[in-house]
Amino acid sequence: MRLSPPVTQKMAWAACWAAAFFAIAALLTIIIYVFARGVGEIGWAFLSTDPIGGLSGQGGIRSAIVGTIYIVVLTLAMAAPLGIGAGIYLAEYAGDNWFTRIVRWVIETLAGVPSIVFGLFGFALFVIALNLSFCILAGALTLACLVLPTIIRTTEEAIKAVPQGHREGSLALGATKWQTIRHVVLPAAMPGIVTAIILAIGRSVEETACLYVTMGGSANMPITPLDNGRTLSLHLFYLAMNTNAMEKALATGVMLIIIIVIINAITRWLSSRWMIRMQGRV
Amino acid sequence: MRQFSDSAWKQVILVCGASSIVILLLIIIFTLREGLPAFTEIGFFKFISGTTWKVANDDYGILSFIVGSIYVTALALVMSVPLGVFCAIFLAEVAPNWMRQIVRPAVELLVGIPSVVYGLVGLLLLVPQISKLGGSGDSILAAAIVLTVMVLPTIISVSEDSIRSVPRVYKEGSLALGATQWQTIWHVMLPAARSGILAAVVLGMGRAIGETMAMIMVIGNSIKIPVSPLDPARTMTGSLALEINYATGLHWNALFACGVVLLIFILALNSIAMVLRGRTQQ
Repeated sequence: MRLSPPVTQKMAWAACWAAAFFAIAALLTIIIYVFARGVGEIGWAFLSTDPIGGLSGQGGIRSAIVGTIYIVVLTLAMAAPLGIGAGIYLAEYAGDNWFTRIVRWVIETLAGVPSIVFGLFGFALFVIALNLSFCILAGALTLACLVLPTIIRTTEEAIKAVPQGHREGSLALGATKWQTIRHVVLPAAMPGIVTAIILAIGRSVEETACLYVTMGGSANMPITPLDNGRTLSLHLFYLAMNTNAMEKALATGVMLIIIIVIINAITRWLSSRWMIRMQGRV
Repeated sequence: MRQFSDSAWKQVILVCGASSIVILLLIIIFTLREGLPAFTEIGFFKFISGTTWKVANDDYGILSFIVGSIYVTALALVMSVPLGVFCAIFLAEVAPNWMRQIVRPAVELLVGIPSVVYGLVGLLLLVPQISKLGGSGDSILAAAIVLTVMVLPTIISVSEDSIRSVPRVYKEGSLALGATQWQTIWHVMLPAARSGILAAVVLGMGRAIGETMAMIMVIGNSIKIPVSPLDPARTMTGSLALEINYATGLHWNALFACGVVLLIFILALNSIAMVLRGRTQQ
């Protein structure tokens, strides 16, 4: 039996709406479920006590919050300068030859490499070979390698998007190449670079696999970056796998979702603000 | 002075660029170097076709992990590709504006939710339901459903881009010939966007194969070749995360070799995606 075109179209439209509803329903199910069961746990006591760790689900998430902050700050401190520098290099200084083509291919490929492979590398190099043992610094170094390709790529794209005329105008006025980059190209590319950094922050908060094999996962309050520690994501994983404290795991999930929503909102706000500013100035 | 700072900054940028690139190359070289002894000692073919993984006997074959990874990925794609493509058609062609403004942020948020949160919701919501069908509930099916939602955003956004990049004249020509809107989408626009949609599928596949923590949480982690979707299994990534921290000797090399196999998969998928995307741009 052949369906008439209008009937087929009706069915196809229904399928499209159904697919969209599925996506929304999946998101709502996750968020409502996590909030409904988790939000009751959250309170000052939950935020301000350390978890006991091990097989016990007792305690709060204070050390995991500190661990997360440590990881985000250290990772950015290492990956942002290197990644932005490399992005500038590739966009402004490197020509288009076989070497840079290989480099771009390596970066592109590494951006898709699973986080656990970075974990393997980080564990072997930082934890074992460099003898850092399990610690926040080893985790941050590994995570820095993981976010590096994304930062490089996003920075390079942002810089390449700056119109060539801007550079030529600046050079024609007698500015040196670096002055041109510093005062003309970088300000124009700033929204893209800021987005790259915020994406890296989001990635650091949600990443688990490569930290699972490098950070150690101690529940104690970390003092220095050389201490063993855990992030919120890791804490959630340990609670879910080793304890029965599912409400606390879900409460940690609530915290993570809130952080991600805030990061998403900042990204949107920044990019729209910069868009207005750029249009006003140029 | 001006000239000095110009060349000094160029050096700084060069150092950043070079060190990022060295780090990224180091990761690949390191993983290969640590993994090669396993290939030479066990034999590449025996390693990937061996069905036993017994640390006590120093007997390592990763076929069950490969089957686990591919099984989960395939099942997830069977569900997420139709959903994702219909959702992309919906966003590109069908959705009224208000609906688009709901679906887009929802999809963006799905990207940001940490994988451990997906794992946790899968563990608490899906696993008990699936255990009613038979088995313990920790299964390929649970993992595939979790993955379906996780790769959906990738498939939606890349397919939507490729559908949108189909030249307008194709669509107008088809409509002018009297085709219905759906006939136009199905017979003209989707074939034109074919490479981009395939790239979306391949990228989703890469994400699925690389996922680690959410898989560990819902798949049961048993070392046996799974047959039914209700069987527990183990993925390549899961084995790396679970065992690397206490591995020594040949076990250590075998895990890195498993990482190399994973890299080969990702490399192949990325290259295919790159070729497909290149074709779309033409």
